[in-house]
Amino acid sequence: MFPIVEKKVLSPTVFQLKVVAPTIARKRKPGQFIILRIHEEGERIPLTIVDSDPEKGTITLIVQEVGKTTALLGTMKEGDAILDVVGPLGKPTHIKNFGTAVVVGGGIGIAPVYPISKGLKEAGNRVVAILGARNKDLLILEREMRAVSDEVYITTDDGSYGRKGFVTEMLLELIKKRVRMDMVLGIGPLPMMKALCEVTRPYGIYTVVSLNPIMVDGTGMCGACRITYDGKVRFVCVDGPEFDGHKVDFDELIKRNRTYLKEEKIAMEEFTYHEGPKCYETTGE
Amino acid sequence: MDPKEVKERLKIPRQPMPEQDPKERVRNFNEVPFGYPPELAMKEAMRCIQCKKPLCVEGCPVEIDIPAFLDLIVQGKFVEAARKIKEKNALPAVCGRVCPQEDQCEKVCVVGKKGEPVAIGNLERFAADYERETGAVEIPEIPPPTGKSVAVVGSGPAGLTVAGDLVKLGHKVTIFEALHAPGGVLMYGIPEFRLPKSIVEAEVDYLKRMGVEIICNAPIGKIETVDELLQNGYDAVFLGTGAGLPYFMGIPGENLIGVYSANEYLTRVNLMKAYRFPEYDTPVIRGKKVAVIGGGNTAMDAARTALRLGPEKVYIIYRRSREEMPARLGEIHHGEEEGIVFKFLTNPVRFIGDEEGRLEAIECVRMELGEPDESGRRRPVPIPGSEFKIPVDTAIIAIGNGPNPLIPQTTEGLKVNKWGNIIVDPETGKTSKRGVFSGGDIVRGGSTVILAMGDGRKAARAIHEYLQTGNW
Ligand SMILES: Cc1cc2nc3c(=O)[nH]c(=O)nc-3n(C[C@H](O)[C@H](O)[C@H](O)COP(=O)(O)OP(=O)(O)OC[C@H]3O[C@@H](n4cnc5c(N)ncnc54)[C@H](O)[C@@H]3O)c2cc1C
Ligand SMILES: Cc1cc2nc3c(=O)[nH]c(=O)nc-3n(C[C@H](O)[C@H](O)[C@H](O)COP(=O)(O)OP(=O)(O)OC[C@H]3O[C@@H](n4cnc5c(N)ncnc54)[C@H](O)[C@@H]3O)c2cc1C
Ligand code: SF4
Ligand code: SF4
Ligand code: FES
Repeated sequence: MFPIVEKKVLSPTVFQLKVVAPTIARKRKPGQFIILRIHEEGERIPLTIVDSDPEKGTITLIVQEVGKTTALLGTMKEGDAILDVVGPLGKPTHIKNFGTAVVVGGGIGIAPVYPISKGLKEAGNRVVAILGARNKDLLILEREMRAVSDEVYITTDDGSYGRKGFVTEMLLELIKKRVRMDMVLGIGPLPMMKALCEVTRPYGIYTVVSLNPIMVDGTGMCGACRITYDGKVRFVCVDGPEFDGHKVDFDELIKRNRTYLKEEKIAMEEFTYHEGPKCYETTGE
Repeated sequence: MDPKEVKERLKIPRQPMPEQDPKERVRNFNEVPFGYPPELAMKEAMRCIQCKKPLCVEGCPVEIDIPAFLDLIVQGKFVEAARKIKEKNALPAVCGRVCPQEDQCEKVCVVGKKGEPVAIGNLERFAADYERETGAVEIPEIPPPTGKSVAVVGSGPAGLTVAGDLVKLGHKVTIFEALHAPGGVLMYGIPEFRLPKSIVEAEVDYLKRMGVEIICNAPIGKIETVDELLQNGYDAVFLGTGAGLPYFMGIPGENLIGVYSANEYLTRVNLMKAYRFPEYDTPVIRGKKVAVIGGGNTAMDAARTALRLGPEKVYIIYRRSREEMPARLGEIHHGEEEGIVFKFLTNPVRFIGDEEGRLEAIECVRMELGEPDESGRRRPVPIPGSEFKIPVDTAIIAIGNGPNPLIPQTTEGLKVNKWGNIIVDPETGKTSKRGVFSGGDIVRGGSTVILAMGDGRKAARAIHEYLQTGNW
């Protein structure tokens, strides 16, 4: 069992957990993830390790409620325990001093961008961050990102904070202003990552994305997470999750992630029926 | 045995095991055969003529004293029979069910020369079930600790066997398993209706009661490397990580929604219990028309699993003919009874999807058998212009597995062959790396439960010797 020792609500649908998992806390590197299963009947779902505290033996997860499992996780409190947590999975980010690294996080994607940005900063890069959210309330980790970035740009879809618009527009503007970029790392919803790659492609800027296919085991055993990369099959859980975005077949992945739409709806309906309508309580802050 | 008795015994026909009616069983995941009641078991065991030089024993990879345990069954000493088997085979309830007996012990049984061989597998299963169900399983006495500890990586039949053998010798044993449940393919691959998971759980529980520590959610290579295990106090390491890397066909449309590897499909249904969705959260597509590609046990398991999820049709598409199918005869027979439609001499050339990327059909080509290839089987060759489509919404690819590269990639000095299988000395399971042993599917490629267990047994012997002498 993996006890939850801290829970924070970051936005109406996003929360942060600290979970006791000492070995993972000690071993994990930026870019890696875990797979958890809440209880015996639960599904295995992957989540990025946002941060860890090797001394206290905890890992930090940031979760957006999108379906049954994440919603159920959202109902768990400090003192509750998760049945299974396995990791660290995936290859760590290839971190080195590139020069200037532009990191782009969209929505919940800022969660996985954060540990990588921290790593890039520690490796001596100049870190330029572009953070985007639908609106001000949904923007997460701003303070943390500011701490590891040299420059931060913020966009919101509705203009309630920072610039109105998408992260991709901001990125294009920086490119046009000839801001130096030796690499771009972008994580967010698949359509965002796809658009981002289209922005950088004509300029030949090396662009890394972190992919989020549906997974089961996370150890290369099932092939659920396969994508087409440079015309070949790759398993995201062992070959990734990060890839050169210009070689990823996004359209295929976007379709594959819709495999279980029908079932996900059934699961969610069952869940809300049993749990009652959800009310968001804010702990602390 | 006097000749008259032999003659009498030879008159007894082989006793079929009572089993669920096909029409009934395709609607549930309960085990297909019910097992022998004691009278039938005794009658079947009577068919053994107690050969002086029992060929059956040579046919069994772990050399169970078959006539001895059969004789104990005849005498009604069922628990003793189980213990006799366990001298050689730690997982008799499993092997009695899944061993390819018709190619091993039963293939060479002399009674089978003229008629049908003694149902050794069924009887092995009977004895083991009897012992377990009557609560007669006893924990052997464990000798005082030797002070040595061994890490076993992977909890399939190979790893479980190593662990059981070494703990009985007084060594401390820890099993590391990447998944959340121990058992390997027995747990995630072979379906409930062929091997109830409660049996695997009982076997694992037995090991725990003997003192084996099992740590799940522990992918070695990620959470700790083999070198770290050796540095952190383990005197030896056994790698039993299996062949868990699914092969795909490399044809167009393979990533369409609805195309699964057998590993994924079976893991969703068996390990994650998707057949009980939404009570269990993991979904699986309940296809109306399902095609399974391949001809082995895995293909049969996938097809029979798909059948139980309520489709209109389940096909098996196999590029050779029935004679070449590697699946067990009994399984093919069960599959036929349950209504699987076999498409022999047929090979997929591409998967066709709709605009949402969901599978709609498979385009296949007809094959004919040409000259024999290296394996001695006649090579299937496509007949030009014979392409045709089969409408399906689910396809399951069961054309084999390769070795999972996680360990070789993260272990310096571990030699593998060109397919990625770990190279070992077949007598001892010693790898190229001091203190590291291996066996089972990671060494052999896809093979069988009993051969994986046999490897485990040999490796355990060699590990014990290494721990005592320190000689490599
Ligand atoms: C490497 C990786 C890292 C991730 N990191 C984070 C993170 O840090 N924070 C976060 O909030 N989310 C993260 N995700 C996404 C997260 O795993 C999904 O949101 C979650 O599985 C949804 O489960 P659900 O039952 O709540 O929703 P569902 O209703 O089951 O699904 C909602 C959507 O999530 C996706 N999904 C469903 N099941 C799975 C599955 N087993 N594995 C992966 N995706 C699935 C599908 O696209 C689906 O349409 C990550 C995914 C991957 C692959
Ligand atoms: C669907 C199917 C049906 C089959 N039917 C039969 C049958 O009827 N009869 C028969 O005799 N054989 C059958 N087989 C073959 C048989 O199951 C295998 O030969 C046997 O299980 C191999 O045993 P093993 O111990 O080598 O590995 P496995 O059973 O594959 O177990 C390996 C274990 O190691 C774990 N692992 C892998 N990597 C790591 C790591 N890095 N760290 C920690 N753990 C790890 C895996 O999660 C797994 O649990 C079948 C196989 C399949 C797939
Ligand atoms: S272990 Fe397998 S081969 Fe040996 S006696 Fe039992 S069924 Fe036959
Ligand atoms: S070969 Fe057949 S008849 Fe002879 S001992 Fe073995 S099981 Fe009995
Ligand atoms: S999740 Fe199973 S292979 Fe990647």
